[in-house]
Amino acid sequence: MNVLAIDTSNQVLGVAVSKNDEIQAEYTVNIKRNHSIGLMPAIDHVMRETNLTPPDQLERIVVAKGPGSYTGVRIGLSTAKTMAWTLDIPPIVAVSSLELLAHNARQQHGLISPFFDARRGLVYTGLYENSRDRIFLKKEDQNINLEQWLDELKAYQKPVVFLSQDIRIHQSLIVEKLKNDAVIPSPIDHLPRPGILALLGSQKNPEAIHQLTPNYIRLVEAEANWLKEQEKKQND
Amino acid sequence: MGEIMNEYILGIETSCDETAAAIVKNGTEIVSNVVASQIESHKRFGGVVPEIASRHHVEQITMVLEETFDQAKMTMKDIDAVAVTEGPGLVGALLVGVNAAKGLAYAHQKPPLLGVHHIAGHIYANRLEKEFEFPLLALVVSGGHTELILMKTHGSFEIIGETRDDAAGEAYDKVARTLNLPYPGGPKIDQLAQTGGEATINFPRAWLEEDSFDFSFSGLKSAVINTLHNAKQKGGETMKQEDVAASFQASVVEVLTEKTVKAAKQYRVKQVIVAGGVAANQGLRTTLQSKFQLEKEINLFFPPLSLCTDNAAMIAAAGSIAYQQGHKANWSLTQMQA
Ligand SMILES: [Zn+2]
Repeated sequence: MNVLAIDTSNQVLGVAVSKNDEIQAEYTVNIKRNHSIGLMPAIDHVMRETNLTPPDQLERIVVAKGPGSYTGVRIGLSTAKTMAWTLDIPPIVAVSSLELLAHNARQQHGLISPFFDARRGLVYTGLYENSRDRIFLKKEDQNINLEQWLDELKAYQKPVVFLSQDIRIHQSLIVEKLKNDAVIPSPIDHLPRPGILALLGSQKNPEAIHQLTPNYIRLVEAEANWLKEQEKKQND
Repeated sequence: MGEIMNEYILGIETSCDETAAAIVKNGTEIVSNVVASQIESHKRFGGVVPEIASRHHVEQITMVLEETFDQAKMTMKDIDAVAVTEGPGLVGALLVGVNAAKGLAYAHQKPPLLGVHHIAGHIYANRLEKEFEFPLLALVVSGGHTELILMKTHGSFEIIGETRDDAAGEAYDKVARTLNLPYPGGPKIDQLAQTGGEATINFPRAWLEEDSFDFSFSGLKSAVINTLHNAKQKGGETMKQEDVAASFQASVVEVLTEKTVKAAKQYRVKQVIVAGGVAANQGLRTTLQSKFQLEKEINLFFPPLSLCTDNAAMIAAAGSIAYQQGHKANWSLTQMQA
């Protein structure tokens, strides 16, 4: 199966091609810039390198669906959805951006907490567990205050692997809270890999194209306020 | 006998709160034209919330495309080029259309990708009804724009006048909000002005310098807001909403009309077209029509109401010219300034 993987959900722009579960091309840019400019040239590049032309040779598109940058996930999803829709053949698969990052800890057994900084003390995170060479979700992806999250993790009294491009900003707090249970791998393990996204997506069930939306986790502020108001009106 | 090849352009527009796609034949004929409006969603907030607009675009985009192709009974194989609004507009919203257009063009390898300026689209909406005659003057009035544009030939746009502050449509929306009219307020003001409103209040007209074709509406907007505020303070007799609307509209329409007529004469244009959301305004239409009735050699034209507001047929129509002129964007299609 020929698979194209796209991740524009955070600072990293990642594109990869895998064929029959073998990563054949992987392209990663880890600098802050507009993914809308870089994505299609990157796709064109990995497709050419692997001698694939999209109309008849692409069999699956995998996209990282967030959480992350709202604009970033939309760039990936608009591209992936439209390509999958127009090519008619390839199913589309969406993978959590946190789950993808969690797979960087596949060498370690136990709990994994991948996270993305969400400003004002908040993070996007979820809890994953690596057991018998399979990584599965233990606690839903969410938007939570990091201190509160660390208190929750402490209760497990087990080592937790932390993975994040923003690890440096939060490392001292993590170590302070979890002491010896805080496992922080070397810097290279914090970079999400599009090749892994391709392999992960090969094993998952496809989604309905039209209905596929990013996982923003957070409501838009205006909408959250509006909902609160509606609730208040109901109770009055 | 070789048959003349028809040209089919797919247009995509997501610059604000409409997710739209269309197929246009030979730059002048609509084959299909689909618009998914988000107006109901934004109504709750009294205006367009950019992040919510962007989210709706991602939800709608492939469905709108499917409907566009279904209505046309066509596939991407029939499409000669994909034209997409690259700006100006809400940055996050534009990105959805731009990346969808890239996805389509790339997936089929063949059709060139064309970036279209949103205002060029509004102007070219007219060509779906009537062929252009050059030199041509376009008055573009919408929530984001108030511009007088001179076109000497296809694809050439020379701005001879523009607003120095608020766009006309923006002033409409703000005055509507002060009058507590529901969103979108612009058309409601027009309605009030048409139904029994009398222009009894003399609001200011900003003519600016003698030879300038620029506009300014912020002074007028403030004058209206102050007048309403003062009337409220005094209590006493209340101002009729209809009269405020009519008086405000009279001021906007007079300035737009006078400047358009003056520019049309100065540049000796053959045709004047009115484009953008405010082109649907009845007050503006009637006044322009009566003024240009006296200018026999100038042909005044309005797009049908359905093509005044944002749509993708206009983007495809403008894209057709870019295609004919050999333009082609690369895969980066760097976005224009919002
Ligand atoms: Zn517009």
